[in-house]
Amino acid sequence: MSQDTSGELEKAQEHEHELEHVLRRTDTNPRAAQRAERQVAIMFGLSMLASIGFVAAYVGISKTASIDIPIIGSIGLLNLTLGLASGLGLFLIGAGAIHWARQLMSDEEIIDERKSFAADDQTRAQVVEDFQQGAEESGFMKRPLIRRTLLAAMALMPIPAIVLLRDLGPLPETKSRNTLWRSGSRIVQDISYKPIRPEDIPLGGLVASALPADLKAIEEEQGTLNERAKASIILVRMAPDEIRSQQIQDGDYQGILAFSKICTHLGCPIALYQQRTKHLLCPCHQSTFDLADSGNVIFGPSARRLPQLAITVDGQGYLVAKEGFQEPVGPSFWERG
Amino acid sequence: MSAGSPRRRRPIAAAALVTVGLVLMGGLYAAASSLASPARAGTNEASPELISQGAQLYKEGCSSCHGLNLEGVPADSANKANPKVNGPTLIGVGAAAVDFQVSTGRMPVGAYGKQVVAGRSSYTEEETSALAAYVASFAPGPAIPSKEDLDTTDASLAEGGELFRTNCSQCHNFAAQGGALSDGTFAPSIDPSQPNHIWEAMLTGPQNMPVFNDTTVNPDEKRAIIKYIASIKAESNPGGAPLGRVGPVSEGLLLWTLGLGALIACSVWLGAKAK
Repeated sequence: MSQDTSGELEKAQEHEHELEHVLRRTDTNPRAAQRAERQVAIMFGLSMLASIGFVAAYVGISKTASIDIPIIGSIGLLNLTLGLASGLGLFLIGAGAIHWARQLMSDEEIIDERKSFAADDQTRAQVVEDFQQGAEESGFMKRPLIRRTLLAAMALMPIPAIVLLRDLGPLPETKSRNTLWRSGSRIVQDISYKPIRPEDIPLGGLVASALPADLKAIEEEQGTLNERAKASIILVRMAPDEIRSQQIQDGDYQGILAFSKICTHLGCPIALYQQRTKHLLCPCHQSTFDLADSGNVIFGPSARRLPQLAITVDGQGYLVAKEGFQEPVGPSFWERG
Repeated sequence: MSAGSPRRRRPIAAAALVTVGLVLMGGLYAAASSLASPARAGTNEASPELISQGAQLYKEGCSSCHGLNLEGVPADSANKANPKVNGPTLIGVGAAAVDFQVSTGRMPVGAYGKQVVAGRSSYTEEETSALAAYVASFAPGPAIPSKEDLDTTDASLAEGGELFRTNCSQCHNFAAQGGALSDGTFAPSIDPSQPNHIWEAMLTGPQNMPVFNDTTVNPDEKRAIIKYIASIKAESNPGGAPLGRVGPVSEGLLLWTLGLGALIACSVWLGAKAK
């Protein structure tokens, strides 16, 4: 211990002696002490009542009972009572214990000096000696065969893990680029899987989720939602002269435009279409796309426009895709470039 | 001065003018009401008296923005008092649009802003139906739903939930509480909405809401959606205070303020010196 620190400690000890121990009211007044004792006991008693109340509420209150509380509104009575009872039961034990410690238990201040972190010199020397003796007795240096095979074994240990990591692949190849949409894929409504005629969609109308007709069968076969996650589109209709620009020339059908439903930022499905401004807003991070202007980003973190799907009608008058998506849908990915 | 001079109008001329005017008006109304062809038969039948009452109300309350003949007033016209007023044409909007806008108090609009908000209606039920009949008499449009239209007894609640989550929840929130749109606009909460107003809003697409006509969301599906909205409205909150039913944002806010505040209060009490 250096001269400096011991000097400081002495100073602190001197200072401590100057501090006068202030007595509490409960130390000087036995009636105050009695009162504090009663208060602690009341808290513990109330905790008991709360615990019993919990059981009573659990047995006695119907699951469907509800209570109207001003401001908050109508909430389930059972959960409210159970929560209050168990919360109070626990809280009052803690509060009682603290009140007890603060008011009645001894509150003498003591100085507990910090111990030095380092072990003393003798112990340290002993440890070094033990280690050297162990190394000697194990023959680690004397038996190179054992030493080398052990090192080789440890070097090979991580290899199985690396082989397992390989299984995180294979790389997605072209899966991120392709969707189910092909030339002539019929467009159907989500949920009902009804094909859509152009006259079904009114001016200012929105089909919030549409899919390729063959998705249902593929989904049942694959048992995953992967294809849906890529192929979902929305359809909107505006007056043809309101369309200022398009990604694909004549990609609309009489003012009906089809866009990917998947935000190009992080892939949230979007359908917050504002029919007056023709803006499509992503609820996740407020990326906003102008559907009347090629689906370009006009606000928010998204870096790419919303891909458009060129549409037309088939021989039976139903809306179909003219061709697949011309650019990858959804969020950007590493290999996209 | 000649007898036909405007400065010396004879009493008999005034009477003749009034008569001619009345006959003309009557003829117009008759023509208008015969033109009225409701979007769905049997739902928009209105008596000529109702239409003429509507015409009067329209002239007083609506024509300054929507034009004397429902043709609309563009925003850039020489409207010096309110250059921002952009009254769209009401020809073909149908009775449903009028009933929705007027009975939810959105029209006549009180203040021009980003969005016209709902409020107390300025018209009685009868006046609203007169206005609706008058506007519908110009051109066919979506009709006010009948009692049968709104009868959700046979509607499928599960299908309504699916449809609601697909078509409505993106703007109006999964518990129909409404939500923010872009540029200061918002999708209002559907909590206080009446079934007929929900129906009419889907059918007519007020303000920024897209139109969900009977071919994109058919009447059965509309009934299912209405039934679902009624069911989530009626649900109590078994988990405690709903906090606006908007999910983790308000719950987190409450915990970070009230919850942590209570913990800090406790630790202050723990550390304070007893007296």
